Amino acid sequence: MKATVLVRPKPGILDPQGEAVQGSLKQLGFAVEGARVGRVVDLEFANGDPQQARAELERMCEQLLANPLIESYEIELRDDE
Amino acid sequence: MTETRPRIAVVTFPGSNDDGDAALALEALGAEPVPVWHAETELPAVRAVVLPGGFSYGDYLRAGALARFAPVMKGVHALAAEGGLVLGICNGFQVLCEAGLLPGALRPNESLDFVCRDVQLTVERTDTPFTMRCTREQRLTIPVKHGEGCFFADADLLAELEAANQVVLRYEGESPNGSLARIAGIVNAEGNVLGLMPHPEHAVDPLTGSTDGALILGSLVDAARHAAAAVAAI
Repeated sequence: MKATVLVRPKPGILDPQGEAVQGSLKQLGFAVEGARVGRVVDLEFANGDPQQARAELERMCEQLLANPLIESYEIELRDDE
Repeated sequence: MTETRPRIAVVTFPGSNDDGDAALALEALGAEPVPVWHAETELPAVRAVVLPGGFSYGDYLRAGALARFAPVMKGVHALAAEGGLVLGICNGFQVLCEAGLLPGALRPNESLDFVCRDVQLTVERTDTPFTMRCTREQRLTIPVKHGEGCFFADADLLAELEAANQVVLRYEGESPNGSLARIAGIVNAEGNVLGLMPHPEHAVDPLTGSTDGALILGSLVDAARHAAAAVAAI
């Protein structure tokens, strides 16, 4: 199984990286009104019960992959192609 | 009568780079620094530990996020739980926040610049083991050097910290990193765990400028000595 975890700065949290990216995109002439920069973590693990895998992924996010105080996360889970 | 040298552990994580300076400063101030490698599962017999500055585990994922799971952190948690003294400097502060030993989080500097210069601080509390040698409202000059020192707490947590007087050090004037409420250092509710972004260990010798850092580390040495004497008396 494969999973992708998207970690984002929570709304309202200052994201200086996103602001810098937005500024640079504007300089390039793109009419960007906002940019936020997060993180992608691709995970692979042995095939198993998707429900159990999702529960484990939640725990991974809460314990390590995201800091719940400042970051939100999204989990995408899929079977191997 | 000569004063005893209290033993104070200084942890080295892979990527720590201020452990040497922290040990030198503690030694100059009358302590016996005890180096502890991150893979140790417990601390030696000490009443105080310093988590030094640096870039533990390359700051991968988030600053302090991986160091939090280092084996030695079990010992740090245990010491904190029994009232021992824990001081986190810069990366050490980030580790303590990630480990849940201090509230809040440290985010990349608002400017995105790595800031490396002397800053002015105001001491807001002198009743902690880390600031006993200071006077209230005292101004300290101590250097910062970090890319991720912007303290963040949500509105409820910030109100809680202010109400409980947990802000021990605040930047004077504009914060160098965008820190919320100009917070430079906070203590836990119990008062035995302090984290701060400025580096007191770099400000103990007149050769390098200010010696105000000696007030912070000297306070810790005093407190560790008292704690050790109290344990010995039992």
